[in-house]
Amino acid sequence: MNISAQTGDGLTAQHLLDVRDLTVFRGDRLVLDGVSLHLDAGEAMILTGPNGAGKSTLLRTIAGLRTPDSGTVIRKTELAWLGHQDALKPGLTLSQNLALAVKLGSGSLEEALDALDLTTLADLPARLLSSGQKRRAAFARVMLSGAPLWLLDEPSVGLDVASIDRLGAVMATHRQKGGAMIVTTHVPLPLGEARSHELPSLANVEPLWLS
Amino acid sequence: MTAFLALIDRDLRLAFRFGADTLASLLFFVLCGSLFPLALGPSPDLLRHMGPGIVWVCALLASLLPLDRLFGSELEDGSLDLLMLTGLPPSAVALAKMVAHWLTTGLPLLVASVPLGIMLGIKGSELPLLLGGLALGTMSLSLLGGMAASIVLGARRGGVLLPLLVLPLATPVLIFGAASSYAGQLGTSSAASLDLLAACLFACLPLCPLAAGQGLKAAVG
Repeated sequence: MNISAQTGDGLTAQHLLDVRDLTVFRGDRLVLDGVSLHLDAGEAMILTGPNGAGKSTLLRTIAGLRTPDSGTVIRKTELAWLGHQDALKPGLTLSQNLALAVKLGSGSLEEALDALDLTTLADLPARLLSSGQKRRAAFARVMLSGAPLWLLDEPSVGLDVASIDRLGAVMATHRQKGGAMIVTTHVPLPLGEARSHELPSLANVEPLWLS
Repeated sequence: MTAFLALIDRDLRLAFRFGADTLASLLFFVLCGSLFPLALGPSPDLLRHMGPGIVWVCALLASLLPLDRLFGSELEDGSLDLLMLTGLPPSAVALAKMVAHWLTTGLPLLVASVPLGIMLGIKGSELPLLLGGLALGTMSLSLLGGMAASIVLGARRGGVLLPLLVLPLATPVLIFGAASSYAGQLGTSSAASLDLLAACLFACLPLCPLAAGQGLKAAVG
């Protein structure tokens, strides 16, 4: 059980992320069973699997929000996180909501807003935004972080076709710059060439106390 | 350090934007204090004797009010995940929230305790001692409260559990705090109680953020 942001032993230079034999329990239920994957610079990986297969749990464990029950996560770079929820405060304007990300990250607010077509909404309170606009605002936060590794949990929820294309363009630019991303999704995303990793559903595995 | 200050700054901005929370605990403090003369009778002598104790109990209760939302609102809208991924250790995230809680609740309570104290007949010469004690005491209360808030985070009925956790832990602060504020009236020295009050603060300062950090980790995990 070891999460480390430093260079691990026996790691080839270009691996941004190396996950080995990750096992996670939730309560007494097995959610992830020996998951191994690795990610290089410029790569995108799509996590697929039925509901409850542990896609979000895997992302949270890679991010370090959750400690794995066994296995290792070796991460060599900073990461940016897009969760289920948009984490926007309804009373603050869009740009106020992003202020912390601007201060802690290295991206430019104008560029991020422009790329996601949010410039005209920057001074609107977040409670007036539609769910698709909120989702784009949350995505802008990922761009602002300037981190090479993006962990995106269902980035396209609530987005229209034009916005999904815009997202695709942003993600392609990020990969060209040497960034990498792991994406969970149920709808096809314009990711270009991407590896996909299927998580099996473990819903029918008996709980520990029965076996 | 930049990230730590940025977190405090963010919380202060949020508190200014949603001023109702701060205002609610201030009004609660003043209203709660004004109930005592109604119940105990208007005898100036009695109120002057009870005054410091009333201010302390009301400050303790008022500082509990915003605790429920301190981490609760962050957990609900997913902001807590982002805070935990800022690169700061969880205990530093917790400490930043506790500092922000003191600045938005403890500090306004100090200001409001002046009119409340005068209303209860506390002499002007006794006020600095009351304020000094309250300043130390409310800092400890923010640390203890923040710790309890993070421990009950995600639990059902957390709001009910919170006072049950904080109030017993806050009794030393209340005892030494009130004792220091009574020194002026009784003509004794307040040094010992203030020392013990400060000792409470310096015990809470490292321990509470550590415990709170573990609570936050468990809540997002």
